Amino acid sequence: MTEIPREDYILKCTSACAGCGDTLALRYVLKAAGPDTVLVVPACCTSVIQGIYPHTAFNVPVYNVAFAAAAACASGMSAALRAAGKKTNVIVYAGDGGTVDIGIQALSGALERGTDFLYICYDNEAYGNTGMQRSGATPLGARTTTTPEGKLQPKKDLDAIVAAHRPPYMATACSAYPKDLFQKVQKALSTRGPTFIHILSPCPPGWRFPSEKTVEIGKLAVRTGMWILYEREQGKVTINGPSRAAMVKPLPVEEYLSAQGRFKGIAPETVARMKDEAMAVAQRLQREEEGVC
Amino acid sequence: MLTVATGNKAVAAAVKEAAPAVVAAYPITPQTEIVEQIAEYVAAKELKSQYIPVESEHSAMAACIGASVTGARTFTATSSHGLHYMHEMVNWAAGARLPIVMANVNRALGPGWNIWAEHTDAFQERDTGWLQVYVGSVQEAYDAVLMAFCIAEDERVLLPVMVNLDGFLLSHTMQPFDVTPVGDFIPPLHLPHAIDPANPGGYGTLTGPDNYFALRWDIERSMRDAVSVIRETQERFFQRFGRRYDMVEEYRCEDADVVVVAVGTLGREAEVAVDLLREEGVRAGSMRIRWLRPFPRLDLSGRDVVVIDRDYSFGFGGILARSIAATTGVNPTSVIAGLGGQEVTYEDIAGFVRDREPGKETWFGVTNDV
Repeated sequence: MTEIPREDYILKCTSACAGCGDTLALRYVLKAAGPDTVLVVPACCTSVIQGIYPHTAFNVPVYNVAFAAAAACASGMSAALRAAGKKTNVIVYAGDGGTVDIGIQALSGALERGTDFLYICYDNEAYGNTGMQRSGATPLGARTTTTPEGKLQPKKDLDAIVAAHRPPYMATACSAYPKDLFQKVQKALSTRGPTFIHILSPCPPGWRFPSEKTVEIGKLAVRTGMWILYEREQGKVTINGPSRAAMVKPLPVEEYLSAQGRFKGIAPETVARMKDEAMAVAQRLQREEEGVC
Repeated sequence: MLTVATGNKAVAAAVKEAAPAVVAAYPITPQTEIVEQIAEYVAAKELKSQYIPVESEHSAMAACIGASVTGARTFTATSSHGLHYMHEMVNWAAGARLPIVMANVNRALGPGWNIWAEHTDAFQERDTGWLQVYVGSVQEAYDAVLMAFCIAEDERVLLPVMVNLDGFLLSHTMQPFDVTPVGDFIPPLHLPHAIDPANPGGYGTLTGPDNYFALRWDIERSMRDAVSVIRETQERFFQRFGRRYDMVEEYRCEDADVVVVAVGTLGREAEVAVDLLREEGVRAGSMRIRWLRPFPRLDLSGRDVVVIDRDYSFGFGGILARSIAATTGVNPTSVIAGLGGQEVTYEDIAGFVRDREPGKETWFGVTNDV
């Protein structure tokens, strides 16, 4: 069993909301990465959470950069550090808006160029820091401040976009499964070249659930099959234990949806469509895992 | 060693001498030749830079920022739409106090598509906190890039420097120039705020009004200090290589009754116009503004002044003419000429001087009154 270090790189007194899934995930990301790490953070919740100059709540260097620029900035940083013979981990820690929307071009470029870095998208399925506007990662039917009737389009398939660049290692994770996340970060950082982790990061104020239920909601996402934990190593897919179990015996999707205010009043046909799409993703991944895609 | 090359090739040759650790490259006419030539140097192992072929100019500047904050020397080149696509990061580079050097080949902005010389592209970036120098020859392009690294990286400055050269008129014009090996002319870069995992801290963190205000003032203070750093560097360059430069290149101004002020190749053309006017008995002189930021203090008192702008601020006027009026109190004749690569000869410039009318703005070649 992997020993998770006691060292914390997120200090007390961050300005995170109570029950923040993003900060929970980052805590384990940094435990896995250790002190020889630079975080590159575009505009997102994490740029607020670290605190106000001249203070910082993070005990690794953090380079904050403009919204669309994280992956490109990390490209330059990685190139310069490697040229100087340094092995420092370069980790982008970006929200879903900064990844699937405004930052997708820079991410694509950095992946295609084979940048030696780890790109982490922590996904709270909306623009959280500006007060929950829809992003391309917002799921079908979810209410945000710019989709007051619920989003009409399904969530953008970020992982398929990243997979098309054939990075040597990519994975999904969830802040409710810290040990799984810890191991995936270690694996990614021990792999040379571009690596990618997509973390589902439940957000109490944005998703409208009580702040003590962040872990519970994350586990429900996985157990209902609405979020699938898997890895893609040199193209080979492995569905991880919790999701493997959920594929055999899933909890009803309604348990996940009814626990969150953002899905309140969702139409039954929308729920049916969500189930169909979740099923299609699961089946596609299973076929890929079996090598029959 | 004397050679013949285009302005673009001269910029690339200077970059080879400066040997940046990281070059971010994205093509755009008429700059492309610069990043192509640097790619050749890297491929031939004549230059050991990490060459990052980014997918956009926004990413070009972002990559330079990421590299620079590790303490690495960085370079990129762009033009026109590319400069404006990276505008957000142009601001960021200055605010982050990173000594990035960028060549910008001045070109008009669309629509309509126009690839020829104009200064509006870089003039629109004048308030970003970058130092800006405009050159008038291939030799000067080479020399300015070398000095740009010294000035940007000086601890009294630590601001990025943009070296501007006119599209095609310099970028693609071959002239003889001296490729001077620089030796130790450019000192090693020591970035005092380089990222260091042994000393973790937040960079560009959320900043409240008081601290933000202080940081903005610090940029201005360094911009003011940059004037003496520029002068020192240009003097050191002269002592070492024998070519003298100033903030402003004055030509036959000592006894001039009328002075033509311009930027870039138009400033060189104005010198020929001055000679022509002197033959006609007009006591003319010219000033070619090299450093637009920090903006030079011009001594124009008691003279007629004709300012030629290859740029425009709609609803306001020629950017150079209005800047000179604001900083000197003179009421210049303002001529808007050369936009989108419009041809402007020394004879045309002599005509601007003959037809001067203080306070009037004229659009060269436009027949209806403005």
